[in-house]
Amino acid sequence: MKLYTRPLYAPDTSIGKPRDPSMTTSATTPKFVARDVKVYYGDKPALHGIDIDILDKSVTAFIGPSGCGKSTFLRCLNRMNDTIPSARVEGTILLDGEDLNDRKVDPVVLRARVGMVFQKPNPFPKTIYENVAYGPKIHGLATSKEEMDHIVESSLKKASLWNEVSDRLHQQGTGLSGGQQQRLVIARAIAVGPEVILMDEPCSALDPIATAKIEELIDELRQQFCIVIVTHSMAQAARVSQKTAFFHLGNLVEVGNTEDIFTNPKDQRTQDYITGRFG
Amino acid sequence: MTDSAQSSLAETRDVAKPDLKTKVAKRLKSRHAAELRFRAYGILAVSVAVLFLGILLERIIHQGYTAFVTHSITTEVYLDPNRIDPADIMGANYDQMITEQVMAKMGVAEDEYGTTSGEYKEILSPDLGFKALEALRDNPKLLGQKISLTSPIAANADLYYKGEITRDIVEADRNVSDQQMVWMDALKTKGLVTSHFNTYLFTNTDSTQPELAGLLGAIMGSAMMLLVTAVLAIPIGVGAALFLEEFAPKNRWTALIEVNINNLAAVPSIVYGLLGLAVFINWLGMPRSSPLVGGVVLALMALPTVIIATRSSLRAVPPSIREAALGIGASKTQAVFHHVLPLAMPGIMTGTIISLAHALGETAPLLMIGMISFVPGLPESVTSAASVLPVQIFIWENASERAFHERTAAAIIVLLVFMILMNLAAILLRRRFERRW
Ligand SMILES: Nc1ncnc2c1ncn2[C@@H]1O[C@H](COP(=O)(O)OP(=O)(O)OP(=O)(O)O)[C@@H](O)[C@H]1O
Ligand SMILES: [Mg+2]
Repeated sequence: MKLYTRPLYAPDTSIGKPRDPSMTTSATTPKFVARDVKVYYGDKPALHGIDIDILDKSVTAFIGPSGCGKSTFLRCLNRMNDTIPSARVEGTILLDGEDLNDRKVDPVVLRARVGMVFQKPNPFPKTIYENVAYGPKIHGLATSKEEMDHIVESSLKKASLWNEVSDRLHQQGTGLSGGQQQRLVIARAIAVGPEVILMDEPCSALDPIATAKIEELIDELRQQFCIVIVTHSMAQAARVSQKTAFFHLGNLVEVGNTEDIFTNPKDQRTQDYITGRFG
Repeated sequence: MTDSAQSSLAETRDVAKPDLKTKVAKRLKSRHAAELRFRAYGILAVSVAVLFLGILLERIIHQGYTAFVTHSITTEVYLDPNRIDPADIMGANYDQMITEQVMAKMGVAEDEYGTTSGEYKEILSPDLGFKALEALRDNPKLLGQKISLTSPIAANADLYYKGEITRDIVEADRNVSDQQMVWMDALKTKGLVTSHFNTYLFTNTDSTQPELAGLLGAIMGSAMMLLVTAVLAIPIGVGAALFLEEFAPKNRWTALIEVNINNLAAVPSIVYGLLGLAVFINWLGMPRSSPLVGGVVLALMALPTVIIATRSSLRAVPPSIREAALGIGASKTQAVFHHVLPLAMPGIMTGTIISLAHALGETAPLLMIGMISFVPGLPESVTSAASVLPVQIFIWENASERAFHERTAAAIIVLLVFMILMNLAAILLRRRFERRW
């Protein structure tokens, strides 16, 4: 167990370098480099030291039993844990080589770069247009109405929602179906022009057809973005991700190519989990 | 789930199975009985509440509705140059002049001591004299001409016309003599006296004469005071609640403040009156019995309620909305002002309007700051002396004339109508702006 709770490399020398042999095979560079990330809620530790490199332009899936800290770690990546008063984060997370938790980093700017999609679709109770336009508006990304229209349209197109809503942009976003709402939320995240999209169980409230649509979408978005997805569905992880990380009791047990994790897990716990022995 | 946990669960199920049905059946009867009993209690409680509300409304409306109708006298008045000195129009006895003219018209003879005209004057109204003087002052050329004047009839005469004073009462026990009743009947048959909706109640300010007393001054005073209260309580209360709920760190100090705010909401209103007297009047030297001081005191009183209502409606906004805003890079302030506050607005408005309606009906603290004086005119500004509706009710209720008591109930009805309107506004606003997610 020690192997996984302690950093494999001294943080300063390993930063920015791929640490896992399986990762060297990928041509892309790591977007995130996390070393010895520990999170406490009050005095209670939730993560015991996570080391992981997350590659750009690919999908990384976090799997693991409930309460193992997947969401907690995901929220470290755009500092959403800042909003929980009792949460305390230790360790370093580099985004393109820059420490996220540095005091100079403004979480507002960070979250524009690292967007987030939540488990339950949470559109604002405003129109579809306003939902997508809100992010660009507060960040001042559009100088004219035409520019904003363009951002909204292209974001909705990227989220493959445009065809379904182009004739009712000015209706309430909350009036859409669950799957459409989730794509709307993704469009809202895309509209800000992020580099990373974090998704916390984005399909858990959706039916299989809507899920399939989102998965298709994720696969497309992978060309442009770094995507991290938390999921409880092994099949989904296998379908959409290139890398899979298995969390257990606040530890990162194993991370590697999705294929390897599902066909040839190195750790007994990973094997037990993916074969449904516990969870 | 581990194997051992599964097997132990299976065991308990097996044990429970055989007599589960009989056990449930046994309990079912008492469960139904409990449900029925609870419903009966509920219906009883609601009935009692409705009954008392009904009695209350019946009493008030029964006493007060007559005040919404009043009787006026309309008569031609000859502005007699022999009795009015053009150089000193203020010096003339208009009441006497008008009374004599009405008596002449009605064929009532004056006796040598002038007691008849004295008695006749009582059933008319001094307002006729004022009106004549006013007309003459506005236009001195009217001297020597006939003008038509309308005035509310004397309060006792009004009560007689409404049947509140009848001949059944022993003459000595009533304010109207048998002779006056005969005169009044004659005035009515001659068509000089007519009954109509009591507009004076809304166009006149307070007066020592019940027939002239109206609520306009009190309504204006209440409006000014409520304005001061709203201007102070809403921004401060909502601001404080926003800060405490959304921005302040959750520590011992904010917990202490929260407890204190909840306690302040329970402090008797008269204590706020004492505070107002000590701080705003005695220490800061603000004008007594003014809507300003009243409004400040009521604002202090309404603050805790506004804060509590605002906080609970902020809390009712789902955290997912905050996360959504923060997740795309909105700052805390943007998340709050763009999303949370608008969603909490219906609740905030409802809570605020209801606490303002509460303030509108508040009496005790206003008595402490001297808002109990007789104010015959309209308040000119928030710093001038004014009367307010609940205090006007209190003053009229303590007046000796019977006609004032009728008006007391009418004033209560007016106050209730204002409150109902405010509550209605709260409900409508809530309906209108409530958003679902
Ligand atoms: N706001 C919080 N305050 C206190 N403890 C928390 C908080 N959020 C999470 N935790 C705890 O941290 C641990 C990890 O929680 P986390 O939400 O990251 O789990 P998860 O892997 O996302 O689970 P799930 O799959 O059920 O979503 C859990 O033990 C949880 O109880
Ligand atoms: Mg989670």
